Amino acid sequence: MKVTIVDYNSGNISSVINSFKEVAKDKVNIEITSDLNKIKSSDKVILPGQGSFKSCVDALRNIDGLIDTLNEFVINKKKPLLGICVGLQMFADIGYEETETKGLGWISGKVLKIDNQGGKFKLPHIGWNQINIIKDSKIFKNIKNNSHMYFVHSYEFVPNDKKVISATTNYSSKIVCSVEKENIFGTQFHPEKSDKIGLQIIYNFINL
Amino acid sequence: MLKNRIIPCLDVKNGRVVKGINFIDLKDAGDPVEQAKIYSDGGADEICFLDITASNENREIIYDVVKKTSKKCFVPLTVGGGVRSIEDINNLLNCGADKVSINTAAVENSKVIINSSKKFGSQCIVVAIDAKKNGDKWEVFTHGGRNNSGIDALEYAEQMEENGAGELLVTSMDRDGTQVGYDIELMSKISSKVNIPVIASGGVGNLDHLVDGIKLGKASAVLAASIFHYGKHSVQEAKEYLDSKGIPVRI
Repeated sequence: MKVTIVDYNSGNISSVINSFKEVAKDKVNIEITSDLNKIKSSDKVILPGQGSFKSCVDALRNIDGLIDTLNEFVINKKKPLLGICVGLQMFADIGYEETETKGLGWISGKVLKIDNQGGKFKLPHIGWNQINIIKDSKIFKNIKNNSHMYFVHSYEFVPNDKKVISATTNYSSKIVCSVEKENIFGTQFHPEKSDKIGLQIIYNFINL
Repeated sequence: MLKNRIIPCLDVKNGRVVKGINFIDLKDAGDPVEQAKIYSDGGADEICFLDITASNENREIIYDVVKKTSKKCFVPLTVGGGVRSIEDINNLLNCGADKVSINTAAVENSKVIINSSKKFGSQCIVVAIDAKKNGDKWEVFTHGGRNNSGIDALEYAEQMEENGAGELLVTSMDRDGTQVGYDIELMSKISSKVNIPVIASGGVGNLDHLVDGIKLGKASAVLAASIFHYGKHSVQEAKEYLDSKGIPVRI
């Protein structure tokens, strides 16, 4: 089994690497690369993402053929992919951070700034918040409803088809924090920073 | 519901943990990696390292500490102290820090925060404000509290938010190491002024101070060093106490 973390200059991915290596031990090969052939030959792919929606999409576009390779992996081959934070947000058709930017379009929807009710709620939404599991997702195996996860974001993914939503979290409004659509998985929170419970989600993904 | 965070802070000098009383009179108290692991196992919501190693040639030591810690702790790790440039930030993030806190450099050159938040994202840029009361205002200090910049702390906090800081770590220089409690007035004034989360720091001596920092100081997170470090209270105890006072915490 080969699991690849896509390294496309999307900001700091060392915590993602550390957590996957911790969970994989020596049993699963964790590769960190932007090499298209290595991504193609992977069994599973992790798409991290930090910074703005625009900066992450730009970074993906900067690597020749990367988006095509990811499209083939996800849409044609239907192999599992996990997007984390902006990695999940990029599933959308469009994002509005900095400027209007086209996303990957894997899950129809938009990425909008969290409505903080005119300043009543602080942004970014930083810290530990509970997830409300609303759909049985494979990555939630052995995860209790209302578990705490670590969040840090100011934008939220609003999918058109609500059936893809596997969990939400309550802040200034109900925020989509996890999606599952066939082979496509995403978490708005950071499993790599969510202590043992987060590592369990990583374990679940690796063992899909 | 978003929980208030409890952040134990470890002062690190030459790779060893120390905690100063008013920034001097240091006591050596162990290995930072081990300490951080104890905290994260004990329910700390984040871990903070403040590197107080004076000289630049010893930067490698803190990098090594961060690398080792990030392989063992899977909660957010913030590292501050001596962060001067984009390159310093990059190095710390590459070693496994999740956030970097910037103090002196943010005062000296406003571009540091503007550029680093653009490059790495606001989520990992924490501006540390060391403030000291002077008459009816607070002034921002730099260089570990040695230099007075004369800048008004409230105006500065607003400016840092505008420049792209994701969080503010506000330390009262008057209270730090005194164990008489946070400067509540300072915390609540800054927190009301900005829309980004404020982490209160400086002066915690008992668990009620943590409660006050959140309830009265309006802080999103409370940072403390000595009450945890010398075993006076565990993080778990602190959380249970806050919970009993009606403050939302992750238990």
